[in-house]
Amino acid sequence: MTSVTTETGSPKRRLGDLVFANTTRAAGVTILVALAGVAIFLTAEGLPAVGAKAPDLKGHSNLLTYVAPLVFGTLLAAVIALVIAVPLALGVALSVSHYAPKPVAVGIGYLVDLLAAVPSVVYGLWGIGFLGPRLIPVYQWLADHLGFIPFFDGPASNTGRTILTASIVLAIMILPIVTAISREIFAQTPRLNEEAALALGATRWEMIRLAVLPYARSGIVSAAMLGLGRALGETMAVAMVLSASGVVTWDLISSTNPSTIAANVALTFQDATGLQRNALIASGLVLFVITFVVNFAARAIVERNDPGKAR
Amino acid sequence: MAKSIDISDLSIYYGDFLAVEGVTLTIPARSVTALIGPSGCGKSTFLRTLNRMHEVIPGARVEGKVIIDGQSLYDDAVDPVEVRRMVGMVFQRPNPFPTMSIYENVLAGLRLNNKKLSKSDADSVVEKALRGANLWNEVKDRLGKPGMGLSGGQQQRLCIARAIAVEPQVLLMDEPCSALDPISTSAIEDLIHELKAEYTIVIVTHNMQQAARVSEDTGFFNLAGAGKPGRLIEFNPTKKIFSVPDQEATEAYISGRFG
Repeated sequence: MTSVTTETGSPKRRLGDLVFANTTRAAGVTILVALAGVAIFLTAEGLPAVGAKAPDLKGHSNLLTYVAPLVFGTLLAAVIALVIAVPLALGVALSVSHYAPKPVAVGIGYLVDLLAAVPSVVYGLWGIGFLGPRLIPVYQWLADHLGFIPFFDGPASNTGRTILTASIVLAIMILPIVTAISREIFAQTPRLNEEAALALGATRWEMIRLAVLPYARSGIVSAAMLGLGRALGETMAVAMVLSASGVVTWDLISSTNPSTIAANVALTFQDATGLQRNALIASGLVLFVITFVVNFAARAIVERNDPGKAR
Repeated sequence: MAKSIDISDLSIYYGDFLAVEGVTLTIPARSVTALIGPSGCGKSTFLRTLNRMHEVIPGARVEGKVIIDGQSLYDDAVDPVEVRRMVGMVFQRPNPFPTMSIYENVLAGLRLNNKKLSKSDADSVVEKALRGANLWNEVKDRLGKPGMGLSGGQQQRLCIARAIAVEPQVLLMDEPCSALDPISTSAIEDLIHELKAEYTIVIVTHNMQQAARVSEDTGFFNLAGAGKPGRLIEFNPTKKIFSVPDQEATEAYISGRFG
């Protein structure tokens, strides 16, 4: 913030510069103040819940055992969403940037961006009313045939409102941002590198492997992390789709599912009083910290292997 | 290994735009052929048709024939990928793969051919290619370091090593020294002299002294007029081009009385 200390040249300060510099500075400070405000609120309101007892924590003996299953559910749903969304997003992005003919590519890109404009409530409705019921036979099949894998242990849910359904909905929701960012990065691959690969006799896929993907590696990571951040915090769709019972289980297709922090807050905050509220806010603080860590990790990875810095 | 190239009545288009018209010439094997001419006259475009890199640009196409070793490059049955494995190319600006080490850069082309290389074979290919590109002594102690860490001239020689590692029949060079300082340029020119013993080399250059220094034959390209396509004006031994060219236009360009 205190960057412009060594002014060279004329000492005359121009009004326009002053106004602009201070406006941007104010904008920057606003972000810090807002963030600090949120952090202080969450900490101050969450702290009283540390001593909370079972009656205020839905039967859990202390705050830790109350929040832990929620953290588990949050991470599980987000990670599954990421596992589904990232390969799909990379495929879409590559087809837009390197495979599809121009008009098709523009159309696909536009449609994917449109996905981002759909409100999350609509995704929630779609998840309950359309996707869930249609996945019931799939879950049944998975439980019957792949039940030996802990993820598909069953018994299969007969509403389809499982954590896997929620994750699929989440995956579709984070698809646009992951696609958009990776598409931009892919399109920025230096022509020089692409031609280097092609001139060596690379096929299109080999060219992508040799020139495009290495160049885009850090961009892909940051795209995925941004998607993860969004999946962690997504509330409405999960709250609507998931039939949660607050357990910790790896079973993705049964009717007893872990809840997520955000969905839990949304569903129970209205009726919560006193320490229950503090406990919910404390869980919000945990989510805040998790997203922070995810973003920092993304930054760290991007900084470490930024191809632009090698020059 | 080196082959001559027969080009007959080659016209090159970008979409509907005719960029180069009616080029006919034979590029001899195991020698250096230079292409000179003003900017925008289609030298580089022409060069890129010799390994089918031209068609990487959407809408680009050619009419006419390019024949290397009895094989027409533009036959329907010919895979451009195969052509590019046979005809290597070095670009105007050095373009090693940024995330790869020097070692891996040299091997990139071979790895594409899906050859399973034993470590010792790979080592000997890398050494041979880097020696061939006069780079071995400078980098032999840091083969694992990124190719981008080298100087511009070293990077360009690395790109040449990468191109010759797959033992192509022809080596195309598109203004390979234009981004380099005079010392690096001289190193590359020396290298071209050595390489012509084994490869057919076609080099596009803006530097006429360079054409005179390195090439046996020279082709002069020029625009037929403003807005008209580029043409091959004259193709002759370099000595003749630079002393008693057949065409008035060649003489004017070479003596700097152009335009």
